[in-house]
Amino acid sequence: MYRSQVLICGGTGCTSSGSVKIAKRLQEEIDKNGLTDEVMVVRTGCFGLCALGPIMIVYPEGTFYSMVKEEDIAEIVSEHLLKGRIVTRLVYDETVAENEIKSLKETDFYKKQHRIALRNCGVINPECIDEYIGRNGYEALGKVLKTMTPDDVIQVILDSGLRGRGGGGFPTGKKWQLARNLVKDADQKYVCCNADEGDPGAFMDRSVLEGDPHVVIEAMAIAGYAIGATQGYIYIRAEYPIAVQRLQIAIDQAREYGLLGKNIFDSGFDFDLDIRLGAGAFVCGEETALMTSIEGNRGEPRPRPPFPAESGLFKKPTVLNNVETYANIPQIILNGADWFASMGTEKSKGTKVFALGGKIHNTGLVEVPMGTTLREVIYEIGGGIPNGKAFKAAQTGGPSGGCIPAEHLDIPIDYDNLIAIGSMMGSGGLIVMDEDNCMVDIAKFFLQFTVDESCGKCTPCRIGTKRLYEMLEKITSGNATMEDLDKMEKLCYYIKNNSLCGLGQTAPNPVLSTLRYFKNEYIAHVQDKKCPAGVCQDLLTYKIIDLKCKGCTACARGCPVGAISGTVKQPHTIDTTKCIKCGACMAKCKFGAIIKE
Amino acid sequence: MKSLEELAAIRDKMQNVVNLRSEASDCTRIVVGMATCGIAAGARPVLKAFSDGIQEKGIKDVMVIQEGCIGLCQYEPVVEVITPGKEKVTYVNMTSEKAAEVIEQHIIGGNVVTKYTINSAM
Repeated sequence: MYRSQVLICGGTGCTSSGSVKIAKRLQEEIDKNGLTDEVMVVRTGCFGLCALGPIMIVYPEGTFYSMVKEEDIAEIVSEHLLKGRIVTRLVYDETVAENEIKSLKETDFYKKQHRIALRNCGVINPECIDEYIGRNGYEALGKVLKTMTPDDVIQVILDSGLRGRGGGGFPTGKKWQLARNLVKDADQKYVCCNADEGDPGAFMDRSVLEGDPHVVIEAMAIAGYAIGATQGYIYIRAEYPIAVQRLQIAIDQAREYGLLGKNIFDSGFDFDLDIRLGAGAFVCGEETALMTSIEGNRGEPRPRPPFPAESGLFKKPTVLNNVETYANIPQIILNGADWFASMGTEKSKGTKVFALGGKIHNTGLVEVPMGTTLREVIYEIGGGIPNGKAFKAAQTGGPSGGCIPAEHLDIPIDYDNLIAIGSMMGSGGLIVMDEDNCMVDIAKFFLQFTVDESCGKCTPCRIGTKRLYEMLEKITSGNATMEDLDKMEKLCYYIKNNSLCGLGQTAPNPVLSTLRYFKNEYIAHVQDKKCPAGVCQDLLTYKIIDLKCKGCTACARGCPVGAISGTVKQPHTIDTTKCIKCGACMAKCKFGAIIKE
Repeated sequence: MKSLEELAAIRDKMQNVVNLRSEASDCTRIVVGMATCGIAAGARPVLKAFSDGIQEKGIKDVMVIQEGCIGLCQYEPVVEVITPGKEKVTYVNMTSEKAAEVIEQHIIGGNVVTKYTINSAM
C-alpha cells in the first residue's frame, strides 16, 4: 500500500514540456530517499491545464504543482514527500489562498467544469487496465451483456439524447438503431471510431485516447453488441504517437482479460478491435473518406446515400462515432438515460469538451455542460485574454466553423444555437482572438488549410476553394474592389451547395461568418487599403515618429536589411523601399517611437 | 475473465488505490508530524501504518497527511485526528502498534483512545 501518490501528466502537452524526464527523476529521488514503498508515481493523461505544464498533483493532500522543472524535483521529494512541507513557490498560484492551499476543484478553471468524457483523464494511469476497472471500468459492458437486449441499449442511448460529438450532432441512438435495423440479413457489420481529429487547434479526442483509452474500447464493444457487429476499427492519425501507443497497450490488455475476443463475459458475444493509422489527411475525418481509407484505398469521399448504416465499411452496415461520443457511453449505461438528459439544454444533452487555444490565459482542455455560455468558458474558466487586450472573436468548429463576435458571448453553447449564429460546434476546438487579429487574415488562414486539404475529387471544392483563397489574397494585398466582395460571397454559396462532402460544403464558413460580423474590416482593406489590426503586411508601413525618437540607433542595429538610417541622437528614418516589415525595429525601440499603420 | 464477479474483485482491490486521488472536503484528517524531530522519533512507520491501515480496511472519507513540526518535539511522533465538528484529538509518542489501535477504536469505533492522548502524557 502506498501512503502517497504523485500524478504526473503524460499527455502530449506536458510530455513535450519534459514530463517524461521529470517522472524519471522523481522516481530516482524517491528511491534515493527510501520512499519507494511509500510513494507511488503515476503517469496519467491530460489534466486540462496545458498552459501550466508540466503538471504534477500529490495525493492525498491534492497539492497541484505547475510548471515543474527537473531541478525542482529534489526539493519536492525532500520537503513535501519526506517531511510533509508543501513547496509553496511551485504550487499553482490559483490554489494558494492566504496561508492555506485551496482545493483544485475550487479554482476558477475547474469549478464550472463537469467531467464525464474526461472523468478518468488525469486520474488514472492509462496504461493500466486495473486502474480503469477501479473506476468502474467495463462494468457497463458487463451490465449490457448480462442484463440488456441490444434494443434496450439503443433505447437508453436514444433516451439520453446523446448527439454525435464529432461536429454534426446526429443523434447517436438513431444512428445505432439504423445500423441495427436497416439491413436485416447482413452477414457482417462494423463499428468504427473516428479518431482522425484534424481541425487546427483541436486536441480533445487525442487527450481522451491518451488519458483513458479503455473507455473507447468498452464503448465500441457496447456499440458492437447493440448493432450486431463483431469487429471494430479505430481510425487514428499516425501523428498522435502517444495515443496510438496507449491504445494498442489498452487493446492488448483488454484481450488478455478476455474483455475483447470470443465469448465476452460468457455471454456468447464476440468482439475484437484493430487500429488503422491515417496519414493525417483532413478529408479522412469525413465518414465515407475514412472508411475508404480503412479499406486500403486513397481517402476520398463518395456520395451519400447510401449512408454507412446501410452500406459502409466494405459495403457492410457500419456505425461510425467520434471518440468523445464513445467516451460518454459507459457512463450513460451505468447512470441511466435520465441522468445524462438532466444535463444540458433542451436539444443538446450532456457535456462538451473544448480545446481552448489562441489568445487566452488557460490554454487547455475543458469539459462543460451544454448551455454554458461562451463568456463563462472564455472569461471564467479560460481566465480571459492576456495582456489586457480586448476580445474580438471566438472561432469554433475549425475550418468548417465560423467566428463568433462579442455580441454573441452570452449565447448558451449548444449545437443549434451555434448554427443559428453562423458557426458550428465542430469537434470542439475553440480559438480565441483578440484585437490584434485581422479577421480577413484568419479567413485566409483557414482557406489556405482547406486548399491544402481538399482531396481534389470534386471540382467545386478543388478549384472553388483555390479561387476563394486568391480572392482573399487580393483583398489582403489591397488590390480588391467592392465588386470582388460580392463575387466572393457568391462563390462561397456556390462551393457550399455543390461540393461532394462536408469538407467542401463547410469550407467557405470562415469567410461567410467573418463577412457577416466583420464586414467593416473587409471594407477597410478594400476601400481604405488599411488593415485595422495591423496584420496584413502589404497594407502596412512602419514609421518613426521624429518627436519621440531619441536617436539611440537600437532600431538601425536591429534591422536585418539595413533599411533604417540616421545619425546618433538625431531622429532616424525608415526607407520603405528596403523595409521588409518584419517588426524587429518596433520590438527594439524603447521609446515607442516606431508605429505601424 | 468470464464473470462479473471477477471484474468486481479487481474493481474493489483497485478502488482503494484510485480513491486516494480525490479530494473529499469534509473528511477526517489524520495528521502525522513529519518534521526532523518527528522522523527521528520514528514518525515514518507510524505514517505508513495509518496510511496502510486506512486503505486495507477500505475506510472512506479519511485522509492521512503529513505536517511539519507542531512544537511538541519531546512527544514525537505526534498524530492529530481532526474530525469536522469535533474537538481535535492529539496522540503522542506514537508507534505503529498504537496506530493500529487508534484506527480500530477511534477511526472505526468512534472512541478516543485516551491512554495515548497528550492529556494523559502530561
